[in-house]
Amino acid sequence: MAGEAAERRHLLDVDDLTREDVERVLETARSFSEVMRRPIKKVPSLRGKTVVNLFYEPSTRTRLSFEVAAKRLSADVLNFTASTSSVEKGESLKDTALTLRAMGVDAVVIRHPVAGTPWLLRRWLDVSVLNAGDGMHAHPTQALLDLFTMRERLGDLEGRTIAYVGDILHSRVARSGFKACLAMGMRVVAVAPPTLLPPVLPEGVEVSYDLDEVIPRCDVLYMLRVQKERLLEGRFPSPQEYSRFYQLNLERLRAARPGVVVMHPGPMNRGMEIASEVADAPHAAITAQVAAGVAVRMAVLFLLLGMGERGD
Amino acid sequence: MADLLLRGARVIDPFQGLDEVLDVAVSRGRVSEVGKGLSGEGREVLEAEGLVLSPGFLDMHVHLRDPGREDEETLESGLEAAVRGGFTAVCCMPNTDPPLDNAPLVEDLVLRARGLGLADLFPVGCVTRGREGKELAEMGLMFASAARVRAFSDDGDPVVDSGLMRRALQYVRRFGGVIISHPEDVSLSRGGQVNEGRVSFALGLRSIPALAEEVMVARDLLLAEETGARLHLAHLSTAGSVRLLREAKARGVRVTAEATPHHLVLSELDIRDYDPVYKVNPPLRTPEDVKELRRALADGTLDAVATDHAPHSPEEKEREFDYAPFGVVGMESAFPVLYTQLVEKGELGLPVLIERLTLGPARALGLEPPDYGEGVRPGARADLVLLDTVTEWVIDASAFASRGKNCPFHGWKVRGRVVLTIKGGKVVYRAPDYRWSREQGEKVRERT
Repeated sequence: MAGEAAERRHLLDVDDLTREDVERVLETARSFSEVMRRPIKKVPSLRGKTVVNLFYEPSTRTRLSFEVAAKRLSADVLNFTASTSSVEKGESLKDTALTLRAMGVDAVVIRHPVAGTPWLLRRWLDVSVLNAGDGMHAHPTQALLDLFTMRERLGDLEGRTIAYVGDILHSRVARSGFKACLAMGMRVVAVAPPTLLPPVLPEGVEVSYDLDEVIPRCDVLYMLRVQKERLLEGRFPSPQEYSRFYQLNLERLRAARPGVVVMHPGPMNRGMEIASEVADAPHAAITAQVAAGVAVRMAVLFLLLGMGERGD
Repeated sequence: MADLLLRGARVIDPFQGLDEVLDVAVSRGRVSEVGKGLSGEGREVLEAEGLVLSPGFLDMHVHLRDPGREDEETLESGLEAAVRGGFTAVCCMPNTDPPLDNAPLVEDLVLRARGLGLADLFPVGCVTRGREGKELAEMGLMFASAARVRAFSDDGDPVVDSGLMRRALQYVRRFGGVIISHPEDVSLSRGGQVNEGRVSFALGLRSIPALAEEVMVARDLLLAEETGARLHLAHLSTAGSVRLLREAKARGVRVTAEATPHHLVLSELDIRDYDPVYKVNPPLRTPEDVKELRRALADGTLDAVATDHAPHSPEEKEREFDYAPFGVVGMESAFPVLYTQLVEKGELGLPVLIERLTLGPARALGLEPPDYGEGVRPGARADLVLLDTVTEWVIDASAFASRGKNCPFHGWKVRGRVVLTIKGGKVVYRAPDYRWSREQGEKVRERT
């Protein structure tokens, strides 16, 4: 992804990357995670580069994670959030893109509530576009940081089994996660009530409505956030009923393999999809995911923006 | 106006079941002679050998945005687009601002259209007052007006209330009107952007299941059957709808139906890079649905092709997929796209395609001479279109007469060009760069 081809200058979804690209990101991320243990957590790799965080959707952790990652690479970071920008005055995405182009920025990290928006941005901008989450569609850096976290805990991922549990239908984390896990040779199970599953799942993804049946087979239990909005849409009758069948609690965890990894993209609804005791148990890799997020985003920014000019 | 002689075209006239190479003379607004070896003396002669001559097409489903959104289309730009596409008659849908729900409004439109002298306009009136779905619009008064409105629809939205839809169907029996259904159960489609299935999951866009259409098709077929009224189903898009339609027709329900060129040619797999030019309602469906629509068009289960021409401004269409409006323009690309994709590929005979663009929609609407459909015979009003099915050319949406440039066929290589449209004996469109070949027997057209 170092810029041989024009489309390689972007990271829009996991399938932009070959398996070798993924390995390269994970390797690079590992070396950056060492940088983060140093007293001075900064390298000069992207000095003079400007990264814009273009966030049309509220997000604390992803925006902060990208910001920290870019700053640790010594890039200049501009934050542009929908609530404080000219978007409120009705500026179109196209005009915003043309404005950023005119400013000569090097990369745009975009989070947007509408699927596909990074693809439109790429059409109007000639700089690197990084997708930080588009609607229900994709969240490639999340998928990469999840792979990184699993790798740290489990070693080789080939043949391992991961269950994504919860609101698969509306989840960009699951959509990108499926692709990433399948590409690494993992077995993938989607667990949810039928109303939170799409009518057709990608080839290779197994479906189950029964969390208890799936738990003993898994190396990773990936719990997805269930939003209150889904209740209003009538996708399940009550939070109590949902958690009765799909919450990961200590009792359920007892049926799991020793060394099972519990993950969650955050923010968690404690007491809904995950019990507090589980979120804080040693099985949980949830804070490790956050740390991995910074390292992986450093790696992605570095590979997209830094490698093309190795001669510097 | 000089008399015209169109010499040696293949005349395809579904109104007479005619398909023959003939000369056609036009004088004082009417077809004066049809035959072989007609004299060119005193007439402007157009050597039309190798070309196809048809009665002017009828597009029974267009959005002209007039009144209310004249930035997107006006009566004039819309009717200009029509004649460039070979349509000498169009039905405009009433979802304008204000909606076409009363006699003075439809009369005004028709009178303005007459003044333009391009295509005939047959407005579709609202079923319900203000398109609000609450009480019946004055359909009888619209019928009795100078606009002679025969077809009614709340298109853009369904008539949600089944009781009201039933009464509308009952009521129009009084004067032989037809209700055009926009078959969509909004409780199943709300918020949806693309067809539900593999593609909606991959794109991460909210979905519209085939069921959203089929549930409403089933309801309206039952209502039509029970009331005995005439029902027309707009823009069918799924194999399931075709099955329901086929069964209803076999039972003798008085129903007709249309499909659009985009649903007959494109599928959900054509949606590229989230370009909202592919965002239409109903959504582009699966390749299997497309196949079934084509079969139904060929065997007559689908009576008409209608474009659902829906112009939008670039500001509205060039934006995030969810925020862009539904719809594509279609009048200036309809014939060439269908000719190239269906006729050239052997799925549909040219006479059948022309039937679905002329007689089929006329029957669905109950339009008869002298309003429409006199055909190509002596004494008939000269509403004609001349087509070149030989020369390849490229569709350029930026050159459309329509103000809407939102055309998914922009850049497509096609054949089946409209080279001349005659309305009431007057040439209302002539392809600007077209050179008429003088070489008898040559089927190859030259272009400058």
